[in-house]
Amino acid sequence: MDKKADILIVGGGPAGLAAAVAARKDGIENVLVLERDEELGGILNQCIHNGFGLHTFKEELTGPEYAQRYISQAEALGIPCLLHTIVVDISAEKDKKLVTAMNKKDGLFTIEAKAVVLAMGCRERSRGALNIPGYRPAGIYSAGTAQHYVNIEGRMPGKEVVILGSGDIGLIMARRMTLEGAKVKLVAELMPYSGGLKRNIVQCLEDYNIPLKLSHTVIHIDGKERVKGVTVAEVDNNRKPIPGTEEYISCDTLLLSCGLIPENELSAGLGVALNPVTAGPVVNESLETSVEGVFACGNVLHVHDLVDHVSEESYAAGEHAAAYVKEKRSVRAETVAIKCEGGVRYTVPSLLRVEYMEKEQVVRFRVGNVYRNVFLTVYFNDKIVIKQKKRVLLPGEMEQIKLKKSELEKFSDLKSITISIEEE
Amino acid sequence: MEKAEGLERKSGLEREDGSERKDGFEKTEGLDKRELICVRCPVGCMLTVTVREDGTLDVKGNSCGRGEEYARKELTDPTRIVTTTVRVRGGRQAVVPVKTRYDIPKGKVMECIEALKEVEAEAPIFLGEVILSDAAGTGVDVVATKSVERTADN
Repeated sequence: MDKKADILIVGGGPAGLAAAVAARKDGIENVLVLERDEELGGILNQCIHNGFGLHTFKEELTGPEYAQRYISQAEALGIPCLLHTIVVDISAEKDKKLVTAMNKKDGLFTIEAKAVVLAMGCRERSRGALNIPGYRPAGIYSAGTAQHYVNIEGRMPGKEVVILGSGDIGLIMARRMTLEGAKVKLVAELMPYSGGLKRNIVQCLEDYNIPLKLSHTVIHIDGKERVKGVTVAEVDNNRKPIPGTEEYISCDTLLLSCGLIPENELSAGLGVALNPVTAGPVVNESLETSVEGVFACGNVLHVHDLVDHVSEESYAAGEHAAAYVKEKRSVRAETVAIKCEGGVRYTVPSLLRVEYMEKEQVVRFRVGNVYRNVFLTVYFNDKIVIKQKKRVLLPGEMEQIKLKKSELEKFSDLKSITISIEEE
Repeated sequence: MEKAEGLERKSGLEREDGSERKDGFEKTEGLDKRELICVRCPVGCMLTVTVREDGTLDVKGNSCGRGEEYARKELTDPTRIVTTTVRVRGGRQAVVPVKTRYDIPKGKVMECIEALKEVEAEAPIFLGEVILSDAAGTGVDVVATKSVERTADN
């Protein structure tokens, strides 16, 4: 089976679906979505909690309900989606892209596409990547794996639980395991602040009296066949365990919620330039990567907190991909770099072609520490154009700022845009 | 600008002066004042709620109307939407995700969860279908948040 597509979308989660819907609505007939799971919707299917969609649909939905809204839109537009189909390679040849994929029915096949949207999402940081010493007993799961067991398969991974890391999935699973009858004894967070949303600390931990210990980590896992317990210790400013603070906690399950990593093996294989801070592609205002005609959106680009933002970003990526297919854009257009200073870790996009930007460009970013009563400042060259007071900026919560095209056009010799956090 | 390294153990939940947020009421100039984090959406606004002498509330820090409603409910009758799963018979999935259609009193959450552990839903199940009516005597129905097809061999 060899196919052709105008726009091929890799991934049928919230990002891929929003991009597909946008591209079709912009008049691209031949849009194709490839999804490796047996159903569309991606990770939303196991996120059964509520809180999704307040921005997009002005109502509070659960993950599966939010996913269904986009699945229904894609169905109504007649967008073909190949399920159980995994992409194994993407290559670029002049202005066409070759996508190699496989599934049980068709075997290995190649699809030729004019544009590709990368929407593969992210995966969880594993125990191996965390370097926790000890044996390899049963009972250690990433929080998302446990979520899949409980919410999709209807199985409980254990009875007495310690959670390392206070990312949102860990917090959500602390509540979920408690509701299902497990005893969650502790959430330990290495950093002096939580990596999750404030609301999840309130409604998942405080509501159920689950203790959260900041600046604490697991230094040993006890048990050979099955986890018997973990040793937790406080850490100093250099994140090194402080002798004498060790505490043994008996448990049969350890969940890891220690961050998400964009899944960019396909992107790297294609030669897309990656940003070492986000582990996602470097993109311009059109969410186009360093490979012409290849776009990226959602958690494969940078890890988001809110699916509403994923949908918004991905809808834009779909529109830009459609514009690319319809009218060839000049890659040589003047490009301005967006620089980060004073605690801003990264921005998406990090490159801007004023010529191709919308009236307003959303720039999303994260900070590297907890900041209070500071100013978020944007410079065009050396001139301050935006100065916003911020009561609190947290590493666990993505921020955004809007740049106006009309403002940028006033600078005929625009060399750089700088986003910075400054003192009062 | 304060960096967390200088001020340890910051969860982001403290007040601006660095002191811990209290769950109880505090007396400030004869008024009851309380700090809350709104959980109605992922923005998580930090609310400062003052109870005026006539019993009405003054809510600050909210960025939408939901914050005010949340503060009022949280101080008088705290409620939550409950989400969980229910076992499925004859379906392509072992469990179906469900939610209470509206928020229910916080004190009724565990009772609602226990009641749902006794329920088995028969596939096919359609999104929005009532799985349990009047959960834990709250008058609120529990509905499916996903459709589950029936297996071919059933």
